[in-house]
Amino acid sequence: MTDTRRTVRLTVNGEDVEQEVPVRLLLSDFLRATLGLTGTHVGCEHGVCGCCTVLLDGEPVRSCLLFAVQTAGHEIKTVEGLAPSGGPLHPLQSAFREEHALQCGFCTPGFLMTLVPFMQDHPDPTDTEIREALSGNLCRCTGYQNIVAAVRRAAQTTQQPEEAAP
Amino acid sequence: MSTVPATIIRRLLLFDTVIGRGQYLFILKPPPFDYVDPQSVPEALEVLQQCGEDGKPLAGGQSLVPLLNMRLAQPRVLVDLNRIPALAYITARSLDGSPGVAIGSMTRHRAVEKAGAVLDGFPLLREAIGWVGHPQIRNRGSVGGSIAHADPSAELPLVFLALDGVATVRSASVERTVPASEFFLYTFTPSLEPDELLTEIWLPLAGRRTGQAFVEIARRHGDFALVAAAASLTLDSAGVVSEARVAIGGAAPLPVRIHAAEDMLRGERAGLDRFREAARLVRETVEPSADVHADAEYRREVAGVLALRALTTAFERVPNENAEVTR
Repeated sequence: MTDTRRTVRLTVNGEDVEQEVPVRLLLSDFLRATLGLTGTHVGCEHGVCGCCTVLLDGEPVRSCLLFAVQTAGHEIKTVEGLAPSGGPLHPLQSAFREEHALQCGFCTPGFLMTLVPFMQDHPDPTDTEIREALSGNLCRCTGYQNIVAAVRRAAQTTQQPEEAAP
Repeated sequence: MSTVPATIIRRLLLFDTVIGRGQYLFILKPPPFDYVDPQSVPEALEVLQQCGEDGKPLAGGQSLVPLLNMRLAQPRVLVDLNRIPALAYITARSLDGSPGVAIGSMTRHRAVEKAGAVLDGFPLLREAIGWVGHPQIRNRGSVGGSIAHADPSAELPLVFLALDGVATVRSASVERTVPASEFFLYTFTPSLEPDELLTEIWLPLAGRRTGQAFVEIARRHGDFALVAAAASLTLDSAGVVSEARVAIGGAAPLPVRIHAAEDMLRGERAGLDRFREAARLVRETVEPSADVHADAEYRREVAGVLALRALTTAFERVPNENAEVTR
């Protein structure tokens, strides 16, 4: 009835994955070490820094506080899933580049994965809403101003085409 | 592997390094445990009974998994409740004739945040839930997990206590209800036996002419409160307090009701002077301890300030056109 290893089937960035894992393997380590998706970063590994944020069925969660076995049958999206390799960047990624919203870049994947669903729910966020949405992610380069600016820019660029439409 | 220095290999081995099929090298942070994910409540209760002291229920995991990652908790068997949809619900329900709401223990904070009309009439819960953690935490964290964790600084235990909620606790053989006043035994220690599961909490509907408020101070939005205060005031038509609740979190080993302040307010005309007296009683009652975030005297002072703010705001929210703070 109880297990120490299990085979899990889940979807990662749209691809089906089947893998046998120890039950105590964290989702963050599963993504990085087992699947080689090292875009998801691990900072504190106890749910404080937000670096390891990924989407579980479209909602941001901390992957260091989930076991890989718990995601069986679910859909995971990591920063690698935001833009196809060699293809155009996600609008939010472009805005981060334009606004210099990353310095060392370690926290960036976590910020992006927190902000993508936030911007779907808040297409035109206020600064207060942006800062509250960012509260669970730490940037130790302290580059928060530019991250807020990037969110504002992304909101403008994704809204403009709709406004321009006749 | 031959290129990795032996010293590094030895260090990794301390952390249960596993070399998987010669391809991957990964570190398993939590201690070893057996894992079971029951699909129903009876199944979970049966497992817990079999496990006895060795079993540990895993709810949202936002407190337990950090403890596992740091190996501060080392359960033999982890009983994952996340595959039990029957434990996630928010339903209007009366208890002994009192209208209220029943919330399944695996209801996520996010579901409470997004709940519609079913939570109209529960303003204290609505206000408090926005203070719980960050969006990532609220997507996973559960109502029952938060209350069963019994953290003195957490928001939901404080709401549960302030409103005199009722917990439903089940084991494979017995179901019992526990009033909030008896649920918290000590820091991180709820009134739960190893084979028992908190399955539901019930909260009473705010009565007519009732105002409620939840306020807290934290270093960063979403962090655990340094101090938090919850207040609920019910007035009669003459503006006299018929029911008062004042509860403080983060300033004692458990969330605490300030009965002295409640007794003093009851039967009195609500007003700023009464609220200031209540704040004084709060400062006298709380037993804060010091930690790296704040010293004890600061917490005591802030407990009074927040109680005053919560009472004043609750009073202003009483639906009554004549409600104005008597200055």
